Amino acid sequence: MRSYVPAYELQEPRNLLDALERMAREPGEWRPFAGGTDLMVLLEAGKLVQRKFLSIWKLPELSGITVAPANVNLNALTTYSEIRGHELLAREFPLLCRAAAETGSIATQNRGTLGGNIANASPAADSPPVLLVYDAELELVSASGVRWVPYHGFWNGYKKIAMRNDELIRTIRLPRQRKFSKQFYRKVGTRRAQAISKVCFAGAARMDAGRIVDIRIALGSVAPTVFRASESEKILRGEKPTPATLRAAQDILSREISPIDDIRSTARYRLRVAQNLLAEFCESLQS
Amino acid sequence: MTMEHSQIGKPVPRKEGREKVTGAARYVDDLTFPEMIHGVTVRSSLARGKILDVRFGDDIPWNEFTIVTAKDIPGKNCIALLIEDQPCLADRFVNHPEEAILLLAHPDKYLLEEARRAVHIEIEPLPAVFSIEDSLARKQIIWGEDNIFKSYRVEKGDVASAWSGAEFIVEGEYETGAQEQLYIEPQGMIARANSFDGVTVWGSLQCPYYVHKALVSLFELPKEKVRVVQTETGGGFGGKEEYPSMIAAHAALLALKSGKPVKMIYDRAEDMAATTKRHPSRTRHRTAVRRDGKLLAMEIDFTLDGGAYETLSPVVLSRGTIHAAGPYDCPNVLIQSRVVATNAPPHGAFRGFGAPQSVFALERHLDRVAAAVGLSPEELRRRNFIREGQTLSVGQVVHEKVRMDKLLDRALELSGYHEKRARFAKENPRCVIRRGIGFAAFLHGAGFTGSGEEYLASEAQVTATCDGKVQVLAGSTEMGQGTNTVFAQIAAEALGLDCEQIEILQPDTSLVPNSGPTVASRTTMIVGKLVETAALVIKKSLHDTGFLKPAYTPGEFTDACREYTGKIGALQSLVKYQHPSDLHWDDGKYQGDAYGAYAWAVYVAEVSVDTRTAEVRVEDFVAVQEVGKVINPVLAAGQIEGGVAQGIGFALYENVVWQEGRMVNGQMTNYIMPTSMDVPSIRVFFEELPYARGPAGAKGIGELPLDGTAPAIANAIAQATGVDVRKIPMTPETLLEMLEGVHA
Amino acid sequence: MPKAARKIRVNCKINGKAFSLEAYPMARLLDVLREQAGLTGTKEGCGEGECGACSIELDGLLVNSCLVPAVQADGAKIRTIEGVANASELSAVQQAFLTHGGAQCGICTPGMILAARNLLSRNAQPTETEIREALSGNLCRCTGYTKIFESVLEACRAQRVRS
Repeated sequence: MRSYVPAYELQEPRNLLDALERMAREPGEWRPFAGGTDLMVLLEAGKLVQRKFLSIWKLPELSGITVAPANVNLNALTTYSEIRGHELLAREFPLLCRAAAETGSIATQNRGTLGGNIANASPAADSPPVLLVYDAELELVSASGVRWVPYHGFWNGYKKIAMRNDELIRTIRLPRQRKFSKQFYRKVGTRRAQAISKVCFAGAARMDAGRIVDIRIALGSVAPTVFRASESEKILRGEKPTPATLRAAQDILSREISPIDDIRSTARYRLRVAQNLLAEFCESLQS
Repeated sequence: MTMEHSQIGKPVPRKEGREKVTGAARYVDDLTFPEMIHGVTVRSSLARGKILDVRFGDDIPWNEFTIVTAKDIPGKNCIALLIEDQPCLADRFVNHPEEAILLLAHPDKYLLEEARRAVHIEIEPLPAVFSIEDSLARKQIIWGEDNIFKSYRVEKGDVASAWSGAEFIVEGEYETGAQEQLYIEPQGMIARANSFDGVTVWGSLQCPYYVHKALVSLFELPKEKVRVVQTETGGGFGGKEEYPSMIAAHAALLALKSGKPVKMIYDRAEDMAATTKRHPSRTRHRTAVRRDGKLLAMEIDFTLDGGAYETLSPVVLSRGTIHAAGPYDCPNVLIQSRVVATNAPPHGAFRGFGAPQSVFALERHLDRVAAAVGLSPEELRRRNFIREGQTLSVGQVVHEKVRMDKLLDRALELSGYHEKRARFAKENPRCVIRRGIGFAAFLHGAGFTGSGEEYLASEAQVTATCDGKVQVLAGSTEMGQGTNTVFAQIAAEALGLDCEQIEILQPDTSLVPNSGPTVASRTTMIVGKLVETAALVIKKSLHDTGFLKPAYTPGEFTDACREYTGKIGALQSLVKYQHPSDLHWDDGKYQGDAYGAYAWAVYVAEVSVDTRTAEVRVEDFVAVQEVGKVINPVLAAGQIEGGVAQGIGFALYENVVWQEGRMVNGQMTNYIMPTSMDVPSIRVFFEELPYARGPAGAKGIGELPLDGTAPAIANAIAQATGVDVRKIPMTPETLLEMLEGVHA
Repeated sequence: MPKAARKIRVNCKINGKAFSLEAYPMARLLDVLREQAGLTGTKEGCGEGECGACSIELDGLLVNSCLVPAVQADGAKIRTIEGVANASELSAVQQAFLTHGGAQCGICTPGMILAARNLLSRNAQPTETEIREALSGNLCRCTGYTKIFESVLEACRAQRVRS
């Protein structure tokens, strides 16, 4: 334990409104604290700079999953375990369940939240690529109101999100009936379990007579933010997934992403693996 | 003569198992003492330099703290081990990152962290050395006169004469990286000290008498005034062989100065960065071989990176050197080895202790030699396996009736080697997931090398109390490997009793004799034999005095003890190690009987390699070994399974990332050890050729699995991918580049 | 010196017994259990939620107690290793660990047993693959996991026989 623990405040707001009002009154002073699976690790390493937190873990307004005809709404405190155990999500949003199953361990899945994962904005996070593929939207609430933003573009820099410091993520909304007949997810980590990803690939496509009608590709750990490979998508959209189109897409991908060397892996490895996963995805479209 | 055993060979449940499964076992961090305070270490951030100044920041109530520097050391400022070059606290110079400079103690654990941050140490950097190459090149002299802690030369026959006649000469260079022991319980100590009573420490350790010796020297106290007690220890693997002396010294210095008991527990990041690791290695092979595969000469150049101070490096080098030429009959062998200094925290003991490094090189090399000659890896081994009556590289004649070829047969059959090798070769070209199967053949000497056991002069005692309870008193420590249970089984067998009646005393230097360190695969074979002997002496005493009939019940044994202790006196036997008179070792020439006994093994690994990501998965693992006698099948298999898992880590996952001598991936998130999803079911098989000098015929096995696992995996990867593996850990990053090279 | 936050009261039930403990709001539940409640069976192996040695059950869910702040344990029902055995009778998992070599050095054992128990409460007859996955958050350096799986399978078998 490297931090001076007594210096940290963690207070429980009475309800969501109370939390938002406190955040509005003292902007930047109070940060929300959900399950703690990211923040407590920073605390123990002596790297948690923020000192004052509001524990939102038990707020009922931020919990639960509701299903509507046009979309599924996951409130921000939805844990990975809750995602894994949800029947409809498993049927209609299988990639999200896959990502949840590959995040940490069962113990961290019980405490890690989707909202927390988004707010933490690590480029190596496992769910965000899936949220991009599923065209997720976020509901941001504050004492002064509510706004909806597409998840694509929410991340605007390394560990930076387009959210004011008096705002909280309340809901993640996934539109239903996208009719992606092919869905693919693969996380390449340091080992088979409890691994931080080196490359994370989420892909979905709608096919018609062997042609790609619509496609989504998103990657983690290959750029400062989680990344939607729009240029690679453009090359593939409307085409049949032949070796030639694949090669062209791989080439574009190598220029779209910007992987780095770090203590876990190398830029070269990440680049090559990202291209190979794109190949694996495209091959799966052929069957 | 086969014997019916009542205890030996039985899966007796672990003696301290109940405490462990209920959470009642007390590890050092579970203990508190009245008035106990906490201690932390302030360390060097640089690899090498001159300490100019120490400043204490404002805002900390320093008057509440106990502060210890080198000046507070009563005796010699060193951690006494083989030599005395490692300071307890750096005084004027630092020689590695994380070197301890200053100690702080305070009742508030949290405040200590704040205080640690507020100590600013100004160090003037000096040029440092970080690689074997730079050390050998003497870019800087950082230790002694030439950066070399120790070197050895082992010679058999005349290597020089063999090259000209050889039909094939195969060369190769092989490297292994550092490996962190990663015991799940971090290092920890509690100390109490005052100038009147002396020093007592309780902690997580493997060798109570090593700590004892170090504290006696540091505090300049008579032996009786230093007491070392081992608490339940959560894994050691060698990482708690020598390092605990350092943390014990630190805790004791703070205890002495503060007048209070001091607890020091390392957090994981500190433990990984500051304590010992497996020595990185570089081995160069040059092998002369005849057309029919017969080895004519092996020239081996073996170098280890020892880090900044000598610590145990000469002994690690010794074992690595002696194991470098393997279980083969080769008429001409030259092994030249050395361990060199670099400005990293000293490298140290880790299960295998030099042998995993040299055996990796050898077994990988021999697969390449086979390919060069046009033989299968199997056939090359068969034509060279050593047999009874032949000599190992150090000139030791093999007196064991070992049949390596039969072990090989069995291992290959159990693993489905031939069928799989053929099938994989056929299917791989059209597969994205390539498969391979490979093996390693090896041996591991048990006990201290050469005259080491004689030098240790270990002792163990068995005492029978007046109510028939039997106590085993030994300095050997339980750390999960099963020492307590095995000793109980040995004593129970010798006395015709049940294990329940045997008590193993907690290793406490004020109570138990010095049985030598719990290392080197020696505890069952050497110390267990002393326990067996002592128990038999007790039995004989009872028989000879007539208190016990030849055949007896446990109740009659109890009665006999009562009578004996009442009428004659204490019923105990202290047995000292006697070195067998037919074992001869020449330290000067490094020749002779290196070990009393060897365990012999063949391990087979099956891997799959995903060519898209270069991830390697161990799909199946077969471990066949000849071990003398299996005292407890559950514990013995557990040792092999655990060792293989560590070997899988050594081969594939456990990469220490160094930056200027510092480990920068010192968290469990970034230093990757295998999880339950990363190891297959490990299939273990034992053979038994009883070793007359071992208890019930047992030899040592603790380190064996670390020798053969990595090369078996490397050879399997080579079959699966065609990649010529030369270096471990073979990470996906490295393998992917090599795969592209193969297909380019 | 940064100013200290006020300590809070954590009222919770641990192994069925009510506790009222004082702690800093961001103190780790692991430390609150070990120091304030005196229950040292739960261990620290890494301090970063990787090794699982600190695993406990919090309101029925398996969690790493080194990652739970004291504030969030208020009002919770907690089970630690000390609450697994029933008075003197070991649970099936504990008994199996004893007979099948599931524990070597024992430091990962409390967390491992909590994780195994948690698995069996959700899935009474897991396959070996399911056991591997469920225990993948608990690192063991000694056993290579083989005998841990054998122990859990034995516990399932024993529970099948009992019921």
